[in-house]
Amino acid sequence: MIAAAIVTADWYMTLAAVLFLIGMAGLLLRNNALVMFMSVELMLNAVNLTFVAAARAHGDIGGQMAVLFVLVVAAAEVAVGLAIIVSIFRIRRTASVDDLSELSG
Amino acid sequence: MVDYLWIVIALPLGAALFNHFLGRRVGEPRAAVPAILSVAGAFVYAALAARDFFVSERASEEAVTVVRLFDWIPGLGATAELLWDPMAAVMTLVVTGVGALIHIYAVGYMHGDPRFGRFFTYLNLFIASMLILVLANNFALLFVGWELVGLCSYLLISFWYTRPSAAAAGKKAFVVNRIGDFGFMVALMVIFAAFGTLSYTEVLHEPGEVIGAGAATAVCLLLLVGAAGKSAQLPLYVWLPDAMEGPTPVSALIHAATMVTAGVYMVARTGALFGLSDVAGGAAATVGALTALLAATIAVAQRDIKRVLAYSTISQLGYMFMAVGVAGYTAGLFHLVTHAVFKALLFLGAGSVIHAMAGEQNMDRMGGLRRKMPITHLTMLVATLSIAGIPPLAGFWSKDEILAVLFAKGGYYTVLWGAGLLTALLTAFYMARQYFLVFGGEARWGEGAEPHESPRIMTVPLLVLGVLTVLIGFVNTPFRLSFEHFLAPAFEGVGLLHAPEDGFLLTALALVSTAAGVVGIAIAYLVYHHASEDTRERLLGRVRRPLMTWEHGYWVDEVYGRLIVKPGLALANWSAGFVDQRVIDGLVNGIGGAVRRAGGRLRPLQSGFVRSYGALLALGAVALVAWIAARGL
Repeated sequence: MIAAAIVTADWYMTLAAVLFLIGMAGLLLRNNALVMFMSVELMLNAVNLTFVAAARAHGDIGGQMAVLFVLVVAAAEVAVGLAIIVSIFRIRRTASVDDLSELSG
Repeated sequence: MVDYLWIVIALPLGAALFNHFLGRRVGEPRAAVPAILSVAGAFVYAALAARDFFVSERASEEAVTVVRLFDWIPGLGATAELLWDPMAAVMTLVVTGVGALIHIYAVGYMHGDPRFGRFFTYLNLFIASMLILVLANNFALLFVGWELVGLCSYLLISFWYTRPSAAAAGKKAFVVNRIGDFGFMVALMVIFAAFGTLSYTEVLHEPGEVIGAGAATAVCLLLLVGAAGKSAQLPLYVWLPDAMEGPTPVSALIHAATMVTAGVYMVARTGALFGLSDVAGGAAATVGALTALLAATIAVAQRDIKRVLAYSTISQLGYMFMAVGVAGYTAGLFHLVTHAVFKALLFLGAGSVIHAMAGEQNMDRMGGLRRKMPITHLTMLVATLSIAGIPPLAGFWSKDEILAVLFAKGGYYTVLWGAGLLTALLTAFYMARQYFLVFGGEARWGEGAEPHESPRIMTVPLLVLGVLTVLIGFVNTPFRLSFEHFLAPAFEGVGLLHAPEDGFLLTALALVSTAAGVVGIAIAYLVYHHASEDTRERLLGRVRRPLMTWEHGYWVDEVYGRLIVKPGLALANWSAGFVDQRVIDGLVNGIGGAVRRAGGRLRPLQSGFVRSYGALLALGAVALVAWIAARGL
């Protein structure tokens, strides 16, 4: 028999932290723009998770509201970001961000 | 009629706008038509509006009307209001009447000038500005007119701006007038501080109840500085002789008949304030007497026909200041009117001569013009006798009244009376000298000069002014003081000084001043007409030194140049070269350079590698969280 464990908000927080770190690692370590993009999404969703978990724990709907905003902004960001990445890829035949340093000081 | 008084200003202003936009297109001589008609129309309108003053046996309060146009700066008590009283009426009629004649004359004089229309634009703008000045009912509006006529004066002096001397003369007039205006502005501030308003109605109504003698003296002396600038009195008269660089109709209109009398008008208008301060009145009279005498001596030795008249104008304005200084306001304004007529005539006559001599202004190269230019000769003769104070011409009556008023004041002012008498002698001398040099004797003009009488459009204004010169003096003779009665409502509550009524004394004074005029003319006749060339040379050789001094105007321009202009230029150069270019520019450029250098240091941080930005961001977030955790929420 498995002891019935109660899933508390801490669990969700821990999971969100793990997801956030994975996303951050992906962002810092990979150089493909598309992959970095997905990492950012992962980080965003980790944050979303903390929001809903906290909302649930506190019985406050504000957290869910914030999530909806984040989703909308993320969708818009994806639309713009992907378009940029696609057009860069068309010109350069690569999606490596390390090659994109024209604006360095 | 009076309610729509603004039309008087609007007419010339409208004509100025018309010529500004269309003057070139309608061309010569059509551009002059609206210009002349507007000024003549303003004259007719003003004459009709002033009708009541002539017929009235009415109470004096009724004779003074204030026409409210619109609110302008309520906080300063500066409503756009026009004041219509006998004094304003006199000034308006002089400005528009003499102005209209000069406009007509200018059609002939400016014939062929490529900027014919532009000339009339400026001339009309001047008339409108001058009317604002004389019709204003508060000091702020007066100041607007005051500055506008200064601007027009500048524009018209340097009308032929391609001549460097004309451009310089315009600049000089403007700068010297600024000095006077500074005093004037300070006076306005003091008035506002003391009275809390700039409205004539409030300030000039029994001001003694509001300010003491000390403050009144300060205000009046400051006003006097402004008046001295505009009316070319000591020590600010130096711009007027140079202003002769402008076209002759301008000299006649602005620098003889109207604008330069603004200072006299202003002192007369603020008579209630000057009445509180014997010191200020005495200062005005003294400045006037000194200026009259000084300018008369300078005029004696001038060779340029217009410069003689310029110094003569300064000298005559000195007379007016003497009169208003002792509160002889009607005497001062009477001389203002007669002087406007005969001095305009003298200038227009001089212009006619210059026109005939193809631009020659040196009297040494004239002579014998009486047969060539009969009309000019006749009218100039009348005007010369008038300014010399020969009865029964206009100048005799007005000059005599001023001298009588000074004598009546007595005490210290008897000395000024003596100065005035000496000036009268000198005036008669230099004007007769001019007459004999220009019209008398033999022709001294060079080869190729063909003097001829001017066209009718120029001689008709001369004739009209000539007739006026004969007649206008009769408006205020000791036998019949019509002008004085006419002006009386404007000086209600102002201590006005009248000429003595003692018939014997008046006759004696008149005889003395007429004698001075006759003696002056006689000396000029003997020296410049009767004596042979050799005798004249010998006579003049004996007084070479004073003549040299006078010809150069006591070297006042040189002294001012050394004492004021040169240090002023040095200061300006220092502040432009050192303060502006080194200190201020150094500061600005230094800040710019510092930012640029700091940017150069920080540039490498912007590596262009997105992931390093990300890493920094993450580190920053971690640091922030760590800091918050350490603080303990």
